[in-house]
Amino acid sequence: MNFLHFILQNRGQVLELTLEHLWLVGVSTLLAVLVGIPLGIMIARWPRWNKPVLAGANIIQTIPSLALFGFLLPVPWLGDRVDRLAILALTLYALLPIIRNTYTGIRGVDPAVVEAGRGMGLTDRQLLFQVELPLAFSVILSGVRVAVVISVGLATIAAAIGAGGLGEFIFRGLAMVNNQLILAGAVPAAILALSADFAVSWIERRVRPQ
Amino acid sequence: MNEIRKEPHDSELERDIPGTLPESSLTSLSLSHISLMHMGSIANDLAIEFRDVSYTLPSGEQLLSGLNLEVQRGQTLVLLGRSGSGKTTTLKLVNRLLSPSSGEVRVNGVANGDIIRLRRSIGYVIQDVGLFPHFTVERNIGLVPTIEAWPKEQIHQRVQELLRMVGLEAQMASRYPRQLSGGQRQRVGVARALAADPAILLMDEPFGALDPLTRDELQREFLVLQQKLNKTVVFVTHDLREALRLGSRIALMEAGKLVTVLPPQDFLRSDDLWAAAYARAFGVGPASVADREVS
Repeated sequence: MNFLHFILQNRGQVLELTLEHLWLVGVSTLLAVLVGIPLGIMIARWPRWNKPVLAGANIIQTIPSLALFGFLLPVPWLGDRVDRLAILALTLYALLPIIRNTYTGIRGVDPAVVEAGRGMGLTDRQLLFQVELPLAFSVILSGVRVAVVISVGLATIAAAIGAGGLGEFIFRGLAMVNNQLILAGAVPAAILALSADFAVSWIERRVRPQ
Repeated sequence: MNEIRKEPHDSELERDIPGTLPESSLTSLSLSHISLMHMGSIANDLAIEFRDVSYTLPSGEQLLSGLNLEVQRGQTLVLLGRSGSGKTTTLKLVNRLLSPSSGEVRVNGVANGDIIRLRRSIGYVIQDVGLFPHFTVERNIGLVPTIEAWPKEQIHQRVQELLRMVGLEAQMASRYPRQLSGGQRQRVGVARALAADPAILLMDEPFGALDPLTRDELQREFLVLQQKLNKTVVFVTHDLREALRLGSRIALMEAGKLVTVLPPQDFLRSDDLWAAAYARAFGVGPASVADREVS
């Protein structure tokens, strides 16, 4: 196969772009977790924030990714470095599944368990950290898993604004009508998505409460 | 009827009701007699008081109105009534899972204390048990002692003691709730509620979801335990037999109002319409009161 040949010949570049890709996905997922989980907790506790927050995250999700990258380009600090911009855009896309699953996970904890905990005098904080979050953990993590897989795919488009990643090969291949180049970007990206999915589900199984 | 309810120097009692009654007044009397003897006595004997309490949902639906009710220390008050009569609402007002819309609920004479402290000083048992599925039996039972920062070794000993008390074997401590039967789970629920030795125990249809044999067993053990520990218990049920068997007084509720409060031996003789309706529905005659006796 010619494309394997191509990858072997350019393994340095393939590796570099893969690492770039991982960097974009990793940082944006981390940010989305740091923002999304607290937001999910917040709307689970104060349900009147539920609609506006989820609607906001939904709307972001409907913006075509190429357009979002374009919109953000003129923003002062962000536009200075395209990888910042790509990370922000990816973070925004990753928010919805994380917020929604955190909310669903906490809401899904058996009401009897919550009532018993409250009735025995757990504070809100103790209830959250000792009961709700541990019991919602696997649901939250599967939200993260969805977010990661989406991000790996979306990050290929970041190359359109020059943020690097495996999308470089794809866009170059498209411009040069070279299928090998397209595959050299697409196949590693697919493998990345699958292994990220596998990795998170492995963590999920390891950490799941008994 | 006047059987010895407890030993005079039981350390449990001393911890339960610090400096209230002279011990001798509790020792040789049955619970129902205590309530008669102390009727209208000093407020200090009252563990729980409801004064003109009503509870209204934000939607305007009134779940409870004009409730006046007292529970003496060491007494088992059964709240009897059908679904929606306000029993559970009444119970949750005691540990402030709900706050009254008007009137006040006093626990040990205090109406508006620190909620967290209050809840930790009250045991709470519910029908669905609500054991933490990710905690072992030991951690479940030791929950309140743990958040109250008892030393580890003391918690461990307390858990062992409680497992024995509710008739579970010591090796159950390392099991998870899903590995237990319904009856075992409810025993763990009771042990958990008793863990920090609260003076008051709230029980919301704790035996409602159990099969008749297990229920009977747990009711019997409840009576034995109550003789020993002498807690103030508020017990919610819709089962008249259970009420007659376990209660020192029965508060009958209907549509958010208290209908009447009667000792079990008077309940079946009462000419109150609701009480009579209950007796009819359950087909119980005065003979059933004898069931109360513990072997």
